[in-house]
Amino acid sequence: MGLRKILAIWTAKLAIGVSHLFGRGGSTFPGRLARRLAPGLLPVLAGQLPRGVVLITGTNGKTTTARMISGLLGAAGLRVVHNRSGANLITGVTAAFIAAADWRGRLAADIGLVECDEATVPKAVSELSVRVLVVTNFFRDQLDRFGELAHAVELVRSGAARLGPDAKLILNADDPQVASIGREVGLPAVYYGLEDGRHGTKEMVQSREAKHCLNCGEPYVYGHYFYAHLGQYRCPKCGQERPRPDVAATHVELLEARGVELAIRSPEADFTVRVALPGLYNAYNALAATAAGLAVGVEPEAIRRGLAGVVSSFGRMEPIDVGGRRVLIALVKNPAGFNEVVRAVLGDPDPKRLVIAINDNYADGTDVSWLWDVDFEQLATAGDGIDFIVTSGLRAEDMAVRLKYAGVETNRITVEDDLAAALGLALKRVGAGQTLYVLPTYTAMLGVRRVIAKMGYARHFWQA
Amino acid sequence: MIGIGQELKICHLYPDLMNLYGDRGNVIALRRRAEWHGLRPSVEEVSLEDKSDFRRFDVIFIGGGQDREQKLICLDFQKVKGSALTEAVEDDAVLLAICGGYQLLGSYYQTGEGERVPGIGIVDLWTVAGKKRLIGNVIVETDLIEGPGPKTVVGFENHSGQTYLGAGLRPFGKVVTGYGNNGEDGGEGVIYRNTVGTYLHGSLLPKNPGVTDFLLRRALLRRYGVAELKPLDDMAEMRAHEAAIRRAKTKAY
Repeated sequence: MGLRKILAIWTAKLAIGVSHLFGRGGSTFPGRLARRLAPGLLPVLAGQLPRGVVLITGTNGKTTTARMISGLLGAAGLRVVHNRSGANLITGVTAAFIAAADWRGRLAADIGLVECDEATVPKAVSELSVRVLVVTNFFRDQLDRFGELAHAVELVRSGAARLGPDAKLILNADDPQVASIGREVGLPAVYYGLEDGRHGTKEMVQSREAKHCLNCGEPYVYGHYFYAHLGQYRCPKCGQERPRPDVAATHVELLEARGVELAIRSPEADFTVRVALPGLYNAYNALAATAAGLAVGVEPEAIRRGLAGVVSSFGRMEPIDVGGRRVLIALVKNPAGFNEVVRAVLGDPDPKRLVIAINDNYADGTDVSWLWDVDFEQLATAGDGIDFIVTSGLRAEDMAVRLKYAGVETNRITVEDDLAAALGLALKRVGAGQTLYVLPTYTAMLGVRRVIAKMGYARHFWQA
Repeated sequence: MIGIGQELKICHLYPDLMNLYGDRGNVIALRRRAEWHGLRPSVEEVSLEDKSDFRRFDVIFIGGGQDREQKLICLDFQKVKGSALTEAVEDDAVLLAICGGYQLLGSYYQTGEGERVPGIGIVDLWTVAGKKRLIGNVIVETDLIEGPGPKTVVGFENHSGQTYLGAGLRPFGKVVTGYGNNGEDGGEGVIYRNTVGTYLHGSLLPKNPGVTDFLLRRALLRRYGVAELKPLDDMAEMRAHEAAIRRAKTKAY
């Protein structure tokens, strides 16, 4: 490795250390610095991985799916480099690889695991030796960055088209836009999907995606909807339909808070996996992880063990004990995900106590219009069941207006822009044994994490 | 004063196709404020192939969509709804069209390849695909807002089309911060009779209650001949309005 690259690694490592010293888990700056100093560094680092890189993209479920894949690769005895802290732009990926390298730029790992957002896919494909590309789903998210959803899909497609001939695509069969990538890119594709109709509905709930055939424009006819627009679809006009899944969950048991259990049918074997994360969307994540594991040659037994060991993470409803009070933090970043969180909050029979923190920084999406696509009307039906809602963040005021127009009584809403003050205010009104739900956007979540760490209640973000 | 319980018919055009950036927030705002003003609003959704006499509506709303959906709508306008919608506009029905919906009001949209996709041609405007996407917070000033409140309108724009108005047409407002119609002439949106076209999302109406009330007043004048609205408690809305102004001024995108 050239001197310039070694120097870039040292400088970036120092920058990462300094950033941690000041209580920030930031990886954007060190990554950008290293890329400026040595633009060819990331391909050289990634080129050392004998099994290449598994790349995961899509709107929802990236982080959780990546954690699951990390678990099963670990169970198979593989050493993994992973951009773990949700730093999913190319700068964050670069920083993660530098952090994993030693001072001479050597990576002691077998395989790379990278989650990145849709816009980063072409760049990631050109800089990393990607062997497997997993695409989870496409929902509206951060449209100001991508222009519009079709553009996000196009970015992933163009990235996929540049993959090497030995690369594999792992695609969600149940999402029409994801499945379309397999049809249009001339690479072997493995489709995964749910086959357990008991969890389907006949009506689409709260979705605005992909209602019309991508081929001819006719509205799709669905046998089942599983989750928003994910389901068993078929175009009545041109006949384009959901591909038959290669890796299918033939039975899914929702074990409530204890997680989900899946009976899996695959070309390799039929087996059962269990993961301690609840909800049908985690069944999708586990299925995607399983398909990715099989694609890199992990045995079903290691997949089973790996998935069983996955625990929830910060910002994904991990409960934190704050002086005898339960604080549940759930990252919110788009309407579909936010609706799921609202549903979970409503499932709690106790009075609702919430902090909703909305930022409009680049990583959050700079346009807050999406808040109007979230079904807060559903939350407002709780009426007296809402004890209080504190809105916070750079767009606290927008959030308060959204709640007012959803029908939440204004005397239950408090606006406090400052995150620390908002959490303090809220915690004062939560008694011992009671639960406070904190729903932040991405950069607001980093802030929440800092505030709670400062109070001495949570590990620092980069250790999660 | 308007009598309690007088009805107000709102039409949400293509809610299934033109709903890209929280556009339903505008319909929520129209309905809520109408209720708070003591009216009895109803919302009817009208989509593809649905032939309607639009003159019976008081307020018609159309949002923005993706290119693919907008093409479907173009066809629907040509084959089904175009003339009925034009009649309603000429009859002074209130029409609010945002982003893609705004572009469709014009005579055409010229793509990057030079292809001209025809619009409805209700208003003398046209749109040309630009090289750069115009994205960011916007502040506009308009003299359409009545009363003692601010004359500013805040929102978020995100469009690659650059729109130009024909001679004699007035823009909805003047750009203070942001790009507006085309980033060149300082105009944002259009006002023609009781039709407002604009690029502003946000959603637009919730944190611009002055604009919502302007539209409601125009609708009430047309139907009932009077349009006095009592002032509402807009503290939450105005705080969001002011926060958006601060955000637009402190941050360069």
